[in-house]
Amino acid sequence: MDSFSSLIDGFGTALTPTNLLFAFLGVLLGTAIGVLPGIGPAMTLALLLPLTRGLDVTTALIMFAGIYYGGMYGGSTTSILLNTPGESASVVTAIEGNKMARAGRASQALATAAIGSFVAGTIATLLLALLAPVVADLAVQISPADTFAVMVLAFIAVTSVLGSSRVRGLAALGIGLAIGLIGIDATSGQQRLTFGVDELASGIDVVVVAVGLFAVGEALWTAAHLRRRPLQVIPVGNPRMSREDWRRSWKPWLRGTFIGFPFGAIPAGGAEIPTFLSYVTEKRLSKHPEEFGKGAIEGVAGPEATNNASAAGGLVPLLTLGIPTTATAAVMLYAIQSYGIQPGPRLFATEPELVWGLIASLFIGNAVLLLLNLPLAPLWAKLLRIPRPYLYAGILFFASLGAYASNANTFDLFLLLVIGGLGFMMRRYGIPLLPAIIGVILGPFAEEELRQALQISNGDLGGLIEPMSVVVYVIVAFVLLFPVVKRFLPKKAVPAVLSEAVHDVEVVHHQHGTTDAVSVETSGDSPQRGGEPR
Amino acid sequence: MTSAPRGSTVEQGRSELGVALFLGVIGLVVLVSAIMLPESRIARGPVGPGAVPMVVGGLLVLTGVFLAVDVVRGGRGEPEGGEDVELGGGTDWRTVGLLAVAFLSNALLIEPLGWPLSGAILFWGSAFALGSRHHVRNVVIALVLGVGSWYLFVLGLGISLPVGVLKGIL
Repeated sequence: MDSFSSLIDGFGTALTPTNLLFAFLGVLLGTAIGVLPGIGPAMTLALLLPLTRGLDVTTALIMFAGIYYGGMYGGSTTSILLNTPGESASVVTAIEGNKMARAGRASQALATAAIGSFVAGTIATLLLALLAPVVADLAVQISPADTFAVMVLAFIAVTSVLGSSRVRGLAALGIGLAIGLIGIDATSGQQRLTFGVDELASGIDVVVVAVGLFAVGEALWTAAHLRRRPLQVIPVGNPRMSREDWRRSWKPWLRGTFIGFPFGAIPAGGAEIPTFLSYVTEKRLSKHPEEFGKGAIEGVAGPEATNNASAAGGLVPLLTLGIPTTATAAVMLYAIQSYGIQPGPRLFATEPELVWGLIASLFIGNAVLLLLNLPLAPLWAKLLRIPRPYLYAGILFFASLGAYASNANTFDLFLLLVIGGLGFMMRRYGIPLLPAIIGVILGPFAEEELRQALQISNGDLGGLIEPMSVVVYVIVAFVLLFPVVKRFLPKKAVPAVLSEAVHDVEVVHHQHGTTDAVSVETSGDSPQRGGEPR
Repeated sequence: MTSAPRGSTVEQGRSELGVALFLGVIGLVVLVSAIMLPESRIARGPVGPGAVPMVVGGLLVLTGVFLAVDVVRGGRGEPEGGEDVELGGGTDWRTVGLLAVAFLSNALLIEPLGWPLSGAILFWGSAFALGSRHHVRNVVIALVLGVGSWYLFVLGLGISLPVGVLKGIL
């Protein structure tokens, strides 16, 4: 197999002492920052981005792979020990994970999460290595019109996550696209939305947008509603699992892997739907369904594996099409671009060393994660006790440092506060952040593809209609019109598992308030299923 | 936590209409600026620089309208929860304001004073704003962070940060 020999070369790239050191450092920093309350994987990545500036491309990306996995595992630790997930992908982990922790089984919950992440991450990275070159080969042939259609699908999919408000998702997308327009238009050389401000001519740095929306927005929002009572953090020992725990965990790990990977790999993914599907599946198949809701280990093992597998799956559209489907992947895309490399179908041909080095370092990052996190779990749990004033002061400190360091320009600091204010408003009114960040990063590329496609067709809008793009637009229309379509479908047409997942999403969102929004238009969306044991 | 009912999540009222207005206004700004773009002499291809902004501006205006309709019909954006967030009380504008002051002082002082000191002021001010009253400890942590991060970036990563008044000392 060609992929395997390339992969072995990739290991050759990744396994130098320097690169290994940075992979290790990435996992360590990623977990340490990701475990802090209020900091999700995307924010971890954005905050740590400046640290990789001085490194060469391959080493930087290898460190990034470590930060990526570390940040995700850190988020799961937080949701298990504190019950309030930092981002939507770990909502499900919190359901059973925190119940387990409260029942004195925190170590087992952390262990099944860590080992499940390792198993799923390893299998999913293998699938990535096999699948990505094939997809890249196919993708080389697709036209700008098709690429544009797939990008539209990505935009629409991230705005219409289950259980959230479509209007607010579209609003976020519009805000993101508008920010992405600011600066000199590459094709015509004209300034757009710069209002004569010189600093805006080169556009707003994505680091400033990401750090502003995620970090500064989060700090301001939390400061406005800071919980003054100390939180209950559940103490943990070294994670370990009994024979019984292993017996109950391994199947959910594998099932989770195969639920998560495809969802991540289609350019409309995200981890929220597959983690819920995994939860519902495990609940159905479990021999102990009565334990669900009270701390069933399957309910942690499955969704955690799914989460990790979908993150690896998400690298397929990222590397082969240049399309991110999660906020974390969006920041990753930007990081790769900042080295002058454009992910896309040709990446495997033009930068084989880099791509395969990155894929190999995902395996390494995964293994390092397991090695570090089992013994260090008690230490991570201690990080959760950091006094809140220091935590949020620290977030603002490092946010300012990162934003300033990328361009050495004071203007960026003022911009950072303005965008932080925007992030505050979006959190206040349930406008999701993901569509905005995807809009900022992907918007300019979508415009380029659109203009190329229309250039080929000489301005004829019919040039956007090609066999493949038609299929994609039909899917877009279906996603957009789903609430309307569903009313005309007979009830049985909606798979029972899916509607149960929708119901669970809504119940949990309701409990945690993590959701992006509740709106009248989604109220017709939830088929009430009786007999939900909750 | 201040218990001002204004801005509380329970009595959010229709303040969300402000968001709809905000969307409409930036949508109009994008539209108008797209229309006012001067003719380009080096434009290539049939699609000019104004086309996509027209679509984006239109999208913003439309979502503004739909959001307003949704709010009037009783839809509400749900404020985001989190580990340290306690919704239900009012918005603590005093803390937010103090944080903004600390943030802006850093932006204004970073070049004259240098990052080690301006960053320390940012950290100390933010910790104070958030209610920490261990003054001595806070000053020590702030200075260690400011000076430490300066050394890390300048010596460790080769990224220059302003040194300001500490020039010659660090």
